[in-house]
Amino acid sequence: MLLTITTTAKPATDLGFLLHKHPGRVQEFGQSFGTATVFYPEAGDERCTAALMLEVDPIALVRSRGKRSPDFSLSQYVNDRPYAASSLLAVALADVFRTARAGRCKARPELPDTPLPLELRLPALPCRGGPELAGRLFEPLGWEVEARAVPLDEGFPEWGESRYVRLVLRGTARLSDALNHLYVLLPVLDDGKHYWIAPDEVDKLIRAGEGWLRDHPERGLITRRYLGRRWSLARAALARLAELGDETEEQLEPAVEEDAPAGESAADEAAAVEAEAQGDVPSEQAQGEVPQPDKPKSLNVRRREAVLARLEQLGATSVIDLGCGQGELVGALLARPRFARVGGMDVSSMALTIAARKLRLDRMSEARRARLTLFQGALTYTDRRLSGYDAAVLMEVIEHVDPPRLQALERVVFGQARPGHVLVTTPNVEYNVRYEFLTGRRHPDHRFEWSRAEFAAWATRVAGEYGYQVAFEPVGDDDPEVGPPTQMGVFTRDQRS
Amino acid sequence: MISVPELSLVVLIGVSGSGKSTFAARHFKPTQVISSDFCRGLVSDDENDQSATPAAFDLLHHIVGVRLARGLFTVVDATNVQYAARKSLIELARRHDVLCDAIVLDVPEEVAVERNAVRPDRDFGRGVVVRQRKDLRRSLSRISHDGFRRVHVLRGVDEIDGALITYEKAWSDRTELTGPFDIIGDVHGCRAELEALLGRLGWRRGPEGGLAHPEGRTAVFVGDLVDRGPDTPGVLRLVMDMVEAGTAICVAGNHEQKLVRALGGRKVRVAHGLQESLDQLAGQPPEFVARARAFMDGLISHYRLDGGHLVVAHAGLKEAYHGRASGRVRAFALYGDTTGETDEYGLPVRYPWADDYRGRAMVVYGHTPTTRPEWVNNTICLDTGCVFGGHLTALRYPERQIVQVPAEKVWYEPAKPLGAPARDPGMLDINDVAGTRYVETRFGARVKVMEENAAAALEVMSRFAVDPRWLVYLPPTMAPPETSQLDGYLEHPHEAFEEFAAAGVREVVCEEKHMGSRAVAVLARTPEVAAARFGVSDGSAGAVYTRTGRPFFADTAPLVARLREACEPLWAELGSDWVVLDCELLPWSAKAGELIRSQYASVGAAARAALPEAVSALEAAAGRGLDVGELLTRTRRRSRNAALFRDAYARYCWPVDGLEGIRLAPFQILACEGRATALEPHAWHLSTLALLDSPLITRTEHVFVTLDSAGSRAEATAWWESLTAAGGEGMVVKPASYAPGRVQPGVKVRGREYLRIIYGPDYTESLDVLRRRFLGKKRSMALREYALGLEALSRLADGEAGWRVHEPVFAVLALESEPVDPRL
Repeated sequence: MLLTITTTAKPATDLGFLLHKHPGRVQEFGQSFGTATVFYPEAGDERCTAALMLEVDPIALVRSRGKRSPDFSLSQYVNDRPYAASSLLAVALADVFRTARAGRCKARPELPDTPLPLELRLPALPCRGGPELAGRLFEPLGWEVEARAVPLDEGFPEWGESRYVRLVLRGTARLSDALNHLYVLLPVLDDGKHYWIAPDEVDKLIRAGEGWLRDHPERGLITRRYLGRRWSLARAALARLAELGDETEEQLEPAVEEDAPAGESAADEAAAVEAEAQGDVPSEQAQGEVPQPDKPKSLNVRRREAVLARLEQLGATSVIDLGCGQGELVGALLARPRFARVGGMDVSSMALTIAARKLRLDRMSEARRARLTLFQGALTYTDRRLSGYDAAVLMEVIEHVDPPRLQALERVVFGQARPGHVLVTTPNVEYNVRYEFLTGRRHPDHRFEWSRAEFAAWATRVAGEYGYQVAFEPVGDDDPEVGPPTQMGVFTRDQRS
Repeated sequence: MISVPELSLVVLIGVSGSGKSTFAARHFKPTQVISSDFCRGLVSDDENDQSATPAAFDLLHHIVGVRLARGLFTVVDATNVQYAARKSLIELARRHDVLCDAIVLDVPEEVAVERNAVRPDRDFGRGVVVRQRKDLRRSLSRISHDGFRRVHVLRGVDEIDGALITYEKAWSDRTELTGPFDIIGDVHGCRAELEALLGRLGWRRGPEGGLAHPEGRTAVFVGDLVDRGPDTPGVLRLVMDMVEAGTAICVAGNHEQKLVRALGGRKVRVAHGLQESLDQLAGQPPEFVARARAFMDGLISHYRLDGGHLVVAHAGLKEAYHGRASGRVRAFALYGDTTGETDEYGLPVRYPWADDYRGRAMVVYGHTPTTRPEWVNNTICLDTGCVFGGHLTALRYPERQIVQVPAEKVWYEPAKPLGAPARDPGMLDINDVAGTRYVETRFGARVKVMEENAAAALEVMSRFAVDPRWLVYLPPTMAPPETSQLDGYLEHPHEAFEEFAAAGVREVVCEEKHMGSRAVAVLARTPEVAAARFGVSDGSAGAVYTRTGRPFFADTAPLVARLREACEPLWAELGSDWVVLDCELLPWSAKAGELIRSQYASVGAAARAALPEAVSALEAAAGRGLDVGELLTRTRRRSRNAALFRDAYARYCWPVDGLEGIRLAPFQILACEGRATALEPHAWHLSTLALLDSPLITRTEHVFVTLDSAGSRAEATAWWESLTAAGGEGMVVKPASYAPGRVQPGVKVRGREYLRIIYGPDYTESLDVLRRRFLGKKRSMALREYALGLEALSRLADGEAGWRVHEPVFAVLALESEPVDPRL
């Protein structure tokens, strides 16, 4: 809500000319979400400070977002926007200091190109990544950075630090550059989901980043965060339920893979296109996507390959992936014509939406599309749609089910759907000692992780109870001491049952 | 005079120029007539472009199909002189289970040629008409074998011009009967039970000896009056008399159907109690047998009643078949949706059509004996196996009330043990929850659950909720009262009292809100009780979960253990080994710690970091003589508001170490064995819960208010003010005892300082804007969720299957995922 710009150039009051705001006046500028006021707490020849104070009207803010906005949660009403130096301050800054940011000054044409000794202060800057990230973003631009974390609540010291830092930037720079740095980096540090993306944001970023963004070592992070994250409707519903349970939205994150896939949102795609157009700025994700031949295959890939190989060997022609997530296995099955019918079920409608996009369902050929059934369901509910497949795959799924509910899953899969084969993979907890930095379980949503003996005991009992035979095989490097990272049980239904 | 069915496809047949379009325009609405010329124009921009004919007929078939699916009377205006054209239309009608009539317009060749000649757009010569006439002539003799219900032939111009169309109602259409009805399940010759049931329903013998209901009710029999039981002739006599007297209607059952065939001398396999009927009828005079045979033979397979809101069919009927007439509709109504397979008892396996039923009409049926009548998607089966020693059941419509009498004895041994559950009671099925569904409740209308809300709930339920066997209830949302106009207040007790007084409530209870987290505690006396009553098998003896069904802690077992100990006095008091309690769990920070830190404390931190600096910058500017007066005053005030905001949340945070520091404030006993105690008055809840004496339990302070006493109201208002002045969350006002109808089960009146957490630190600055808030949706949700919650508890108390309890509980979660102003 507050930004002060101080200069000690002589005469310091030239700041008024540069900003096009008279030091002797208090000026107000209406914004759609509140009022911006510019005034000068000090204006001497030695030292002059301009203050931009933004009063956000939280009610106007909510209303201005319109009905289309899906984020209908309490955080929309009780939030830090009226106090923090967020993207709103960046928007106000761009508007109020438009001429200065463009580097124009009629009264003193030489001034804009002159680097000045400057001090910028932001008392409450939301900074996801902490003071350290503020340093990483501003220091390469020539700023001396003083960033101190604001404590969350002095009454509860055990709560630690808040996500705000008190930021002071000192350095000698052209004022227009300084303003552009803030304009781009405030929303980047904020990384808030309140920030809504308009189609022209990419252009704005390119313009404001001219001359400095291209060579910034953190340009990937800056681009991605600036263009914001998209919130789906499904997510909004989850968020609401989270809040009712006195929880934060993050605690209800879908159990899908953490890393956002390339092309996950329109904004990402736009950024990638833009980066390409810029020539030599490969996006971070594009780098990640390049196959690296000397790098060993990831466990994910090896697991998928093991399952596919086994399915082919079993001669299955119709397969359902129970807990298909974002559809990696489903995609691989579709790519093999021998699998004439492919089913994918997941409990998360968001995962299914991503799967549909990643599988490019909308441009899939009719013949391939006709082989695929993708639907929402839960493994603890009997479901006629699960029947009639040669094989079912439960790849890294059972460990996401609470142990008391495993019984229901057994009944649904082995008792009711009764495919000819069931392939179950799950982590081998013994192998966890081989992960150097792992504390606790491999994924926060895992409800248990089993040793080989525990998995074998479970699988053998289930097989016996439902008329299946089960065989076990390792997935990944089979460590002589602790076994493979992933274990797989291959269940085959008894002929007579 | 041409008579066609009200719902049918009418096919006009005649050569070009025979006057079909003129005829159609004279007798039917323009929208009812689909002509091939019109369709040709739509697909080619030229009504006479013959190359577009195949496409035009595609379109015609499509339009006709859509209309028939929607139950609309439709006329096809095309020459239809060829067999193939007619046949495809007859098939189309069959596909939609509607009857199909033909009207043939047979005009002399000269007339047709002349008419075509004066039409400039028909430049084809006489040859076309001649050829069409030849086609027509050739098929006219056989046309009655095409498959039309009736072929109406109009010969010559005069007959065509003089024709009149009348409409026949469908046999199944008794929509004009609005009841009230007493719908009676499968009787199977149990005359004594039938008489007892009619007696219980209030039917009395009139002066002429016939049965009648003093309130003018109509009895509806779902069929299967005959076979197996001791007195089939007696039942038939009773029902036939009632039907003839106009006090009853009856649909056909599969047993009547077969008995008629047997009486007609047809070869049928004598089984399933047919022999009993034949033997009993053999002892009757032949006139009676003839009368009974005619009666049974004339029975219609289903009826639509009460403006279409009620459908009665012996084995039920899916929505697409309502009001339709075809062999398969009759077969469905008589036998159900059989798969062709038989089960281990040799009985046909039936497809559970009711699971997929989403229709608006209530469907009442029998046929499949069950232990108790259960609503499934607005359908109910009334066959409770009277002849097998079960009950004879009636449904009162529109009251939806079940009335039963027990069988006097087992009259006939069932092939399959009665009560062998159709499904495993412990397993949930996706059809219990997914898709757009309606949940029946006995405490309000049925509740609609939207598909997208169910989808969100499915994920939360599956991934985060406690074991569904423990999840027997979810609390409803609670609305605030109308917004207060009192200066400085958004909510005040006055509006709550007014609201309940206006709804006719005389006494309310005000209960303190503890600013904890809402918690539901399900507790069994022992793990054995838990296993027997809740079907859990992991040795757990209870659960404590949040209002979205999530467990409070990673391991709730220690809390459950201590709670069970604390609740020891309840077992004897309630005469139950288990109990479900509605509570608040304190402190708020125990569960909401993460939320408080990431949201509330975070906002507070930003405010307290920024505002003081803003104040000093403004003070410096003021010191320079700049005019920042108002902004400075406002910023100072906001700085103070930020401090108040911080105090508002900090009050509800205290450190918790394991279970130390955790407290539970129960305020309602939701259910125990055999009783949905949620319906008891609050005085009972509070006094019973006062028996609990444990450091774990916090008492819920409360005052009772007599609404017509100003003094009583003032006292409660003062109490609320004292609660909230100190920053307390506020109170909940509820009718002192269960108030049926559209009365809110409770409203929350929150304190002025507490509301800063909800509306933001500076909300007191913009009360006028905030007063424009809309409570309608929240209040409607509260009512629906309350009805669902009570329904779940009643099903639980009645010992119904787990999936039956799960259905309304899931629906509450689904409704909760609907967006509503979260500040209410």
